[in-house]
Amino acid sequence: MLNDLLTLMRSELLVTGLIFLLLVLKIGGWMNSGRMLPWIQALLLLNFIIGLIDLPEGNLFGGMYNTNDIILLEKNVLNGALFLISLLFTVRFNKTRNLPEFFILLLSSLLGMFLMISSGHLLMFYLSLELATLPLAALVGFDLDKRTSSEAAMKMLYSSAFSSVMLLFGISLMYGIAGTLNFNELSIIAQSSNPLFITAFIFLFTAFAFKLSIVPFHFWTADVYEGSPMPITAFLSVVSKGGIVFVFMSVLFKVFQNIQEVWYYLIVILAIATMLIGNIFAIRQQNMKRFLAFSSIAQVGFILAGISGNSIQGRASVIFFIIIYIFSNLAAFGVVNIISSHTGSEKMEKYKGLYRSHPGLAWVMALALFSLAGIPPTAGFFGKLFLLSAGAARGNYWFLTFAALNMVISLFYYLKVVRLMFIDKNDKPLEDINLNTPVKMGLIICVLGILLTGFISWIFNYLILVA
Amino acid sequence: MDLTALILLPLFTALAILIVRQSTPVRWIALTGSVAQLLLAVLLLLFYNRERELGNTAQMMYETKYAWFASLNINFHTGVDGIAVAMILLTSFVVVAGVLVSWNNKKYTAEYFFLLILLSLGAYGFFISLDLILLFFFLEVAVIPKFLLIGIWGSGNKEASANKLALMLMGASALILIGILGMYYYGGNSFDILTLSQTSIPVTAQKIFFPLLFLGFGVFTAIFPFHTWVPDGHSSAPTAGSMFLAGISMKLGGYGCIRVAAYLMPEGAKEYAAVIIILATIAIIYGAFATLMQTDLKYMNAYSSISHCGFVLLGIGMLTTTALTGAVMQMVSHGLMTALFFAVIGMIYERSGTRNVNEMSGLQKQMPFIITVLYIAGLCSLGLPGLSGFVAEMMVFMGSWQQQGILHRVATVLAAMSIVVTSVYILKAVTRISMGPLKAGLESVRDAQWNEKLAAIILIVGILAIGLAPAWLNDLVRPGAEILMNHIQGK
Repeated sequence: MLNDLLTLMRSELLVTGLIFLLLVLKIGGWMNSGRMLPWIQALLLLNFIIGLIDLPEGNLFGGMYNTNDIILLEKNVLNGALFLISLLFTVRFNKTRNLPEFFILLLSSLLGMFLMISSGHLLMFYLSLELATLPLAALVGFDLDKRTSSEAAMKMLYSSAFSSVMLLFGISLMYGIAGTLNFNELSIIAQSSNPLFITAFIFLFTAFAFKLSIVPFHFWTADVYEGSPMPITAFLSVVSKGGIVFVFMSVLFKVFQNIQEVWYYLIVILAIATMLIGNIFAIRQQNMKRFLAFSSIAQVGFILAGISGNSIQGRASVIFFIIIYIFSNLAAFGVVNIISSHTGSEKMEKYKGLYRSHPGLAWVMALALFSLAGIPPTAGFFGKLFLLSAGAARGNYWFLTFAALNMVISLFYYLKVVRLMFIDKNDKPLEDINLNTPVKMGLIICVLGILLTGFISWIFNYLILVA
Repeated sequence: MDLTALILLPLFTALAILIVRQSTPVRWIALTGSVAQLLLAVLLLLFYNRERELGNTAQMMYETKYAWFASLNINFHTGVDGIAVAMILLTSFVVVAGVLVSWNNKKYTAEYFFLLILLSLGAYGFFISLDLILLFFFLEVAVIPKFLLIGIWGSGNKEASANKLALMLMGASALILIGILGMYYYGGNSFDILTLSQTSIPVTAQKIFFPLLFLGFGVFTAIFPFHTWVPDGHSSAPTAGSMFLAGISMKLGGYGCIRVAAYLMPEGAKEYAAVIIILATIAIIYGAFATLMQTDLKYMNAYSSISHCGFVLLGIGMLTTTALTGAVMQMVSHGLMTALFFAVIGMIYERSGTRNVNEMSGLQKQMPFIITVLYIAGLCSLGLPGLSGFVAEMMVFMGSWQQQGILHRVATVLAAMSIVVTSVYILKAVTRISMGPLKAGLESVRDAQWNEKLAAIILIVGILAIGLAPAWLNDLVRPGAEILMNHIQGK
């Protein structure tokens, strides 16, 4: 049993080990907080590399914890994203007080997401969801000297508390109907003829909808993204969303497969609303963080289009898209971070004429935005193509036409930023920016990911094999 | 001959341009790359003709297929037939001319040539693709370079025009994507053009997806009423950008209509042929009359392009082999002609500082070479025999007359009458610029420089080659058109 535990829960144990290591180092005072960052980055890289090693399938604790190849891959994707975040925001981390606490909380949230992805029982799911959310609420308020940060933390806390309440209600209803909270047993009990079950499902769904910023549960997104410190915004938009998407897919495809006529139309309607609201609100934004927040809402709408496919192909396309989305969004946040720390402002007009003064940064931002818009030859094109193609399997071509036309709207606001950078001129151009090496490495990794992922077909083929 | 060379050569040229950033070597790299590509295209033509003479009657030559995303049946499948060879030849001529015309560009020279070569890469890849996703990939690759070319190096209301162009073309691509996905699922899970042509897609599906595909590709060819991106887009673009946009980009749509929409969904084509003919005729006549009203040379040429590309759509809509051959020949001829026209307009604009017809006169004595080229371009546009425009339009009319329905006859007659309108606006504009007393302020304009002369001569050689001895183009294109038409007619 112990042997099983040690091997199967390897990812969680590694992250827990890291947490305890940081805790000990901080409390023992053996290492100056300022010098911890390179070690943290190295350990996160090690964590990612070890995560690439295969593990056997299995489940623990009576089915509460499962693992298989695809779950392992999903967790490692999140590992990689966290490593990239630690690289890209090096400068900001060097200025952060209480850096070990920061990473302890971050890693705890990651641990919660790992347990969520592996969960096989609704109680386990709930516990790990709370573990994932609470540290984030603290992290959102980590910028103690900014009022917007505390405001964002309060908003995050209240909204997630409310969604947890709804989740608990749904879980208790389900327990009342089924007498069990185990995923496998629930999937047998799930019948569309049982209206109480459908109601319980809806409550469960709202928890996901809140974390994923699906319209109409998206209202917290823009303010929280704007107020949080930049690395947390990146983490929220990429890792948190990615993890929840992975769980969402497992839960929908495994547990609620039998009531898919119910959730298919639910997802289609919500996807339409999400894409539309995300795109329309993004057009008016002047703050880059809010802009990227609304753009991620629109991307989630697209992901829903892929999930609506309800197939192995759908699952593989979504994971593929999340990988590409991680690269693109992190590259964008990396550039926003650099510009914001040098000009002190996150406003879009600071990007005017960026190509003239800093062509490299402008190109990185442009590539990231093109990938988010779905323009070839960036990988975002392939991501969106596969998502649409998975959704097309159901034959709902009106929905897909709507989704494809939304790509046009999203191109409009992405081109706005591209236009500011390449075409407009700036009277007060930015002075020279010397990029820190880890930041440069992080940006290079992201750019390579954007350019090459689409062409390296074995990634997608492997995903289809494993999903 | 490996067709991947057609993609790799521009790719290496573009990368070399990125690595070498200084203006002078970059221009020579771009020129060498595009001339080498021209030689490749001519070699392709010669090899292709020799293969045909040796009796090879396969539909597509030099096919290669590499698995890409095997789980979704997406392959890197390339191959050419006569139509594709003709379009590749056209592209190479226009790109060389475009590079030459932009020789003295001072602003961000490296990026300019990089984007131009990238555009050409998209075009070459598009014409050799035999897999729908590959085709779509190359179609979309060109959107951002177009946006940047117009937005950064353009003139006039360039940001708005660039935006309009990028968004409308992206919208068209969205429709094409849905059409492609529809064909995938209804055609037996294949993205391959040749395989799909052998499977019969259910007619109900064709009735939905054919309009999507034809409309999507049609927007690229300025189908009415989605032609509104053309006037602003072409006029705000820099000279080489306009040459490429009008000369090649609009032909991507026509090629897509033929190869993808009509070929893979024959019943859909027959069902909607009447609509296509009506829209094409409207484009021809509306484009011609709208040109009459213009005073800006570039806007004139843009609307005239709408009118001429209407001939392409008319030829496709008529659904006869001769008309289809005429449509392809019109694509090639118009591509060369409009590239020449935009090149000349660019030269005139650079020298006189204005594109307004009313503000120029008497330039014949000052720049004889440029004005001669202007006359040649204008006469080709109005279909003077001896130049390529006549041959192409003649083919389209002959093919259209083979259809005896009343709609077809009326459309043909109306289209033929539009030539008169074309003559009016061409002669009016050209004579006003060239003849008469020299307008004040234009005394210091000089004639063409070596690069502009070379660009014009290259394009004129192409125009004359088709106009004086069209048999080679006819023999190149007709077999492919015949196979397509036989398939559409269901034989």
